[in-house]
Amino acid sequence: MTRELIIAGFGGQGVMAMGKMLIEAGLKENYHVSWVPSYGPEMRGGTANCSVVISDEPIGSPVVTQPNELIVMNNPSLSRFEPLMEEGGLMLINSSHVEQTPKRRDLDIRFVPCMEEANRIGNPKVANMVMLGAYIAATGAVKMDTVKEMLGAVFHGSKEHLEDLNIQALEAGAKYISRN
Amino acid sequence: MTQIIYQRSKGLKDVETHYCPGCHHGIIHKLIAEVLVEMDLLDTAVGVSPVGCSVLAGNYLDCDFVEAAHGRAPAVATGIKRVLPNHLVFTYQGDGDLASIGAGEIVHATARGEHFTTIFINNAIYGMTGGQMAPTTLLGQKTTTSQSGRDPLLHGRPVRMAEMLSTLDGMAYCERVTAANMPELNKAKRAIKKAFTLQMQGIGHTFVEVLSACPTNWGMSPADASAWVKSTMSQVYPLGVKKDITAEEKP
Amino acid sequence: MQKELWKGNEAIAEAAIRAGCRAYFGYPITPQNEIPEYMSKRMPESGGVFVQAESELAAINMVYGAAAAGARAMTSSSSPGISLMQEGISYLVGSDLPAVIVNMMRGGPGLGTIQPGQADYYQATRSPGHGDGHMPVLAPSGIQEAVDLMWDAFEMADKYLTPVMVVADGMIGQMMEPIVWNRTEPLPEADKPWAANGRDGEGQTHFVSSLRLQSSENEQFVHTLKEKYEEITKNEVRYEAVGCKNADILIAAFGTTARIASTAIRKLEKEGIRAGLFRPITLWPFPYEALKELALQESVKAVLTVEMSLGQMHEDVRLSVLDKKPTPFYGRTGGMVPEPKDIAEKVREVIKEAGK
Repeated sequence: MTRELIIAGFGGQGVMAMGKMLIEAGLKENYHVSWVPSYGPEMRGGTANCSVVISDEPIGSPVVTQPNELIVMNNPSLSRFEPLMEEGGLMLINSSHVEQTPKRRDLDIRFVPCMEEANRIGNPKVANMVMLGAYIAATGAVKMDTVKEMLGAVFHGSKEHLEDLNIQALEAGAKYISRN
Repeated sequence: MTQIIYQRSKGLKDVETHYCPGCHHGIIHKLIAEVLVEMDLLDTAVGVSPVGCSVLAGNYLDCDFVEAAHGRAPAVATGIKRVLPNHLVFTYQGDGDLASIGAGEIVHATARGEHFTTIFINNAIYGMTGGQMAPTTLLGQKTTTSQSGRDPLLHGRPVRMAEMLSTLDGMAYCERVTAANMPELNKAKRAIKKAFTLQMQGIGHTFVEVLSACPTNWGMSPADASAWVKSTMSQVYPLGVKKDITAEEKP
Repeated sequence: MQKELWKGNEAIAEAAIRAGCRAYFGYPITPQNEIPEYMSKRMPESGGVFVQAESELAAINMVYGAAAAGARAMTSSSSPGISLMQEGISYLVGSDLPAVIVNMMRGGPGLGTIQPGQADYYQATRSPGHGDGHMPVLAPSGIQEAVDLMWDAFEMADKYLTPVMVVADGMIGQMMEPIVWNRTEPLPEADKPWAANGRDGEGQTHFVSSLRLQSSENEQFVHTLKEKYEEITKNEVRYEAVGCKNADILIAAFGTTARIASTAIRKLEKEGIRAGLFRPITLWPFPYEALKELALQESVKAVLTVEMSLGQMHEDVRLSVLDKKPTPFYGRTGGMVPEPKDIAEKVREVIKEAGK
């Protein structure tokens, strides 16, 4: 199958990083992957989004225009991308920041209170990792262990405590999705 | 017994130049050639010729040459010197080329302190295209595009490149000389030699502006034109060293 | 071989260095800023030269100087900057100098937008700058191909003594995808007896110049260019044809647009429409003959050109097919990217039309 995912939010919410981690994990699991960021003035303030494709066949267009999966981290992203979704697609909404109600009735919609979960762990900066954990648990797009291994490679030495923090966040997101 | 008291420099090819009678380009070419011979640099030097009368300088000087687009000699020389850091690299540019269309390139090459030498030929007019007004044209000077004389209200005022560029930190050595008479010619040669020497020490950009005559487009005899350089041009463009960081270092 | 994730712009810069490029001159412009940024760090590390020029005009003339002195040199920019470089490119052509220019095209005209565009096709393929010239133009449709083509670009530049342009757009520049380093060895140093890097002896100087004051001499030179272009056309035409055999319709597209079209083609396949993708990799020399041959197949009802412009490559497609088959066009321009569903819809429309 071909997962065509858009991850969208404010600059600084870590949407680009989420996308990059997903394709890195996807590559480790031998999927075809691509990542295209929105670039330009949007980067400086406003909203940021990236197109992620994870597929078991070679990727045609790396730009996702009709996503079958969507991660929405803020209100403007919901308004902008919800209408583009493919029928039956999966939409994950960061309910800590999105107050608007989705309009579509033909989508599988899940809410994840990323900020509350991140605060519970003790660091609001890992809110995106909560969402990433939720996404992985909801889709099985990549294995959780693959991402954990990657975190181990990134955070070592004096940064080792960050590995635990990020893993806790991933697990919190996964747990939340499985309960709700 | 015959005694040779004067001969063509070994740094010049044995060809006739296309320059007009009384033009100073040939004289300045000779000075460069002599310095290259004296410094034993003919085998490695690379010159950059401009668009203008001296476009064919590479046919006259017996060293390698690259012909640049109009005004771009400082950029071309930057490219050459950066990949050949141990070679002597010099540009040879006229006033239309350097002070007008190439003003941006010379400012930034100087600002970067590029380790090549600029030989800037200022004759206050466009020679090759037939005597149009240059940024260096004197006030009141008649040219084919300022037929009633350069008017400051219409055309602005002469640009003093040597002074302007000397304000940049990348300039290591800058002198204005002239080829108008013998004593000045000796000074001019010394300036070129000093610029080349400092270039090879890699201390910054080196720049020699040479006030020179264009009898054809000025409508003067060669003698009158040379005299005019000294009497009139050098009033607007004062001769002398504008900057020398090696002198400043001395107590 | 190990797959690595690379961002397009950075992969192109790294590929240039690995291929043996030793001098980079550039000026910031979006969407290719990662190229000079990457070069500023890696070029000096690899013993090469990096200069941030004061303008694109200066950058291309620095390339000219470095190339004239015998160095393997390149620059990169995006559409408005490439316009400024036209002067220097023409001089490179006129002086038989090798160099590589990367154009990460954006939507024009004027300042336009930084989003992807393909409307510099005419500028790149007709005649770079002024005068009677050409240069090979390579159009990768992904990062892997962009990386591989950097070797080819420098190889062609050295072989034919010509500027070579690699055209892509912000999408290829900004995106990340896995690549393998198919080639790792730098290209051999080319013999450059003409380089201005010191004379060979008394009176034996090199004079790199595009000035030929005698028009007869200049005409003769332009004829040597023509011979060179014939040689390039004979040897270097590259394209990819996917599913074109016995197709109902051909889609001609290059670069990013070709990838988007390939997604549309998969959609159409499920509906039983056989659309083939004809993707020129060399935009100049254009694969006229190959496209003609495929277009003339009995099964092919039309050749649809898809571009991010109002239709520039379309002209070359029409020159290939002439009037023998319909040659409709679909394009988005000004920075807008065509969507697979719109391309698919256009294909259905064309096939319906042809069935009448």
